[in-house]
Amino acid sequence: MSFNIGEFISSIFDLTAGDYLASVWGTEPWVSVVLDILGILIVATIPLLSVFFVGLIERKVLARMQDRIGPNRVGGKYGLLQMFADVVKMLTKELLVPAGADKVAYFLAPILSLATSALLFAVVPFAPGVIGTNLGVGVFYVLSISSVSVVALLLAGWGSNNKYALLGAFRAVAQLVSYEVPMILSLLVPIILASSMSTMEIVEAQAIPFVIFAPISALIFFVSSLAETGRSPFDLLEAESEIVAGFHTEYSGMVFGLFMAAEYMGIMFMCFLFSTTYLGGYRFFGLEEIVVGNGFQLGRLLGLFITIFKGALVFFVFMWLRATLPRLRIDQLLNFNWKFMVPLMLMILLTVALLDRLILDYIPQVGDAGRAGIHLVSNIIIGLAGIEVLRRSARRQRQRHNTTSTVLAVAENEGAPIFVAAEVEPAYGHDDHGHDAHAPVPAH
Amino acid sequence: MTLEQVIFILVSFLTLGTGIVVVTNRNLFHAALAMMASFLGVAGLYILLDAGFLAAAQLLVYIGAISILIIFAIMLTRRMMQAREASFNSQSGLGLFTAVATFALLAAVIGQFWWGVDAFNGRPDVPDTVLQNTVSSLGKAFVSPEAYVVPFIVASVLLLAALIGAIYVAWPTVHAEDEA
Amino acid sequence: MIPLSWYLLVAALLFSIGLYGVMARRNAVAILMSVELMLNAVNINLIAFWRYGSVLSPATDTPTTGWAWAIFVLTVAAAEAAVGLALIISVYRRRDSVIAEELDLLKN
Repeated sequence: MSFNIGEFISSIFDLTAGDYLASVWGTEPWVSVVLDILGILIVATIPLLSVFFVGLIERKVLARMQDRIGPNRVGGKYGLLQMFADVVKMLTKELLVPAGADKVAYFLAPILSLATSALLFAVVPFAPGVIGTNLGVGVFYVLSISSVSVVALLLAGWGSNNKYALLGAFRAVAQLVSYEVPMILSLLVPIILASSMSTMEIVEAQAIPFVIFAPISALIFFVSSLAETGRSPFDLLEAESEIVAGFHTEYSGMVFGLFMAAEYMGIMFMCFLFSTTYLGGYRFFGLEEIVVGNGFQLGRLLGLFITIFKGALVFFVFMWLRATLPRLRIDQLLNFNWKFMVPLMLMILLTVALLDRLILDYIPQVGDAGRAGIHLVSNIIIGLAGIEVLRRSARRQRQRHNTTSTVLAVAENEGAPIFVAAEVEPAYGHDDHGHDAHAPVPAH
Repeated sequence: MTLEQVIFILVSFLTLGTGIVVVTNRNLFHAALAMMASFLGVAGLYILLDAGFLAAAQLLVYIGAISILIIFAIMLTRRMMQAREASFNSQSGLGLFTAVATFALLAAVIGQFWWGVDAFNGRPDVPDTVLQNTVSSLGKAFVSPEAYVVPFIVASVLLLAALIGAIYVAWPTVHAEDEA
Repeated sequence: MIPLSWYLLVAALLFSIGLYGVMARRNAVAILMSVELMLNAVNINLIAFWRYGSVLSPATDTPTTGWAWAIFVLTVAAAEAAVGLALIISVYRRRDSVIAEELDLLKN
């Protein structure tokens, strides 16, 4: 088969260029090596480049939500080239290394951060058959890589020789390691439902998206993915009003740019992961299987757009939350995780596993829709029960808070205005046994 | 020399070189970093041995959990790190001798039984399906009474006990606060 | 083609390095890190024997013994690190030291 430029361009558009080149070049050993390297470059570079657009879109959308215009000077009416200008600015800035910094850790951190974010994209199924590598343990791979990215934050915090950076890193590790637990548990639900850990097979199993099977678990995954990417309302790791900029306080210039790129790539990946595991990935009413008469696989191109659209939808909710919600306190964050989300998710996981086994073994005739319905009902029941428990505990806490503050207000001194009492309550509340819920931080 | 062998040698050098840094570096934080690199090398060896699942588990457990724990411990006891005192004890010579002797013994055994045996010159050809099914058959083995259900439950009890024990041991007591 | 003995040699070297660290380091955290290296060396051996030994035991379709053992080692390593570091921190609070030689309260 000889090379035909028309066929090649057509193969680029239906995302089969790799197969086409392989068929042109033959089966010599170097062909697969070259194609692999090309594939790696594409999968790693395109997310990195799309940071330019994602960053711009976020700034524009946030601006609109806050009744501003947003960047509108560079590159025409819509500020299209704003991010490029920012990169040029970062590149020309001086890189300041703080005195006493641990150089190895300081420079390893941004590289590790970016590398882990880029590695994650290897298992995102963009369209039918279009995936970096279809690992049999895809979801597990994602979890292991994202657990490595925690190390990068710790290195940045420790290597900077700065107290704010170190505090930010400690917060980041506490937050990321805790929220990894509900995230793993909520990712197990699609794994059970699809009975596979491969992201491709999870998408293929979603004739009905899993968000309909298990909406509560999808919600928990969404919340923990917000926390995992350090997005508002969980952006404690870089809370600028408290700890300057968290772990990347001491980074400047393009090294800071690497952190920012890694952060945006992490967010994009989480959006894709949510759409892959719960929203059906590239599937949309069979649109992804269309083949045009002359063999042009239009469905693959449409699948790519569907994936991007679903990811963008999730990303829009991310931005919406960022523009809407205030930041949580660290004790609220950890209490919410360990005392509410993890137990609830464990209940859901056990129920889903048990119900799915029972349905498949005893009433397989209900079909996919029946299965989805049963799971939906059980999920909603558990979710309502969980919300009721949360409401009761919140009421109890509020009552206790009111009584303690009144008592303290009386005890403090009679002349003091009543709002002083609110400050008497320590920043990290008490648990049932009267201990401080967290080890006291000797900040003062 | 094939590509696979070159990769093996590079990965082994990463594992062993950083392993030496772990036991010799005076700066404990750098030693912990080197330990992470060494774990990464071991994960690479697992991939070369067609055990991708274990490589991911290695990353998740060793780098994502144990290394971070160790770095936290180093930070919490960091006054020790700045102390400019010897990082080796008086029996380091004896230790070196024991380590070399152990390696000599192990190498002798390997040379005796495994070196140059034709059956072990390369990975035996196993159908891909068998390799891919290992994870699921491992999962079944963990819950089947004929295989590993008892060790599996014992391991979970061990983890729970370790969790409770670690919290109990590290919880600051009133006594310790008085001393400090 | 990588012979089995290469893996075994690498594992033996890593084990010896870890052994040296355990015997020669003074800091308890460093000793713990060396122990982790030794456990890793054991795991390399387990997986190498699993991969190369599967021809010897064709009785089972998918032999999982090596994997199961490796995962148990992983579990024990995690538990050991958690408890060991808790002990080290507790000792540090009381004695203000994590040097293994100085913890000699029971001596004499």
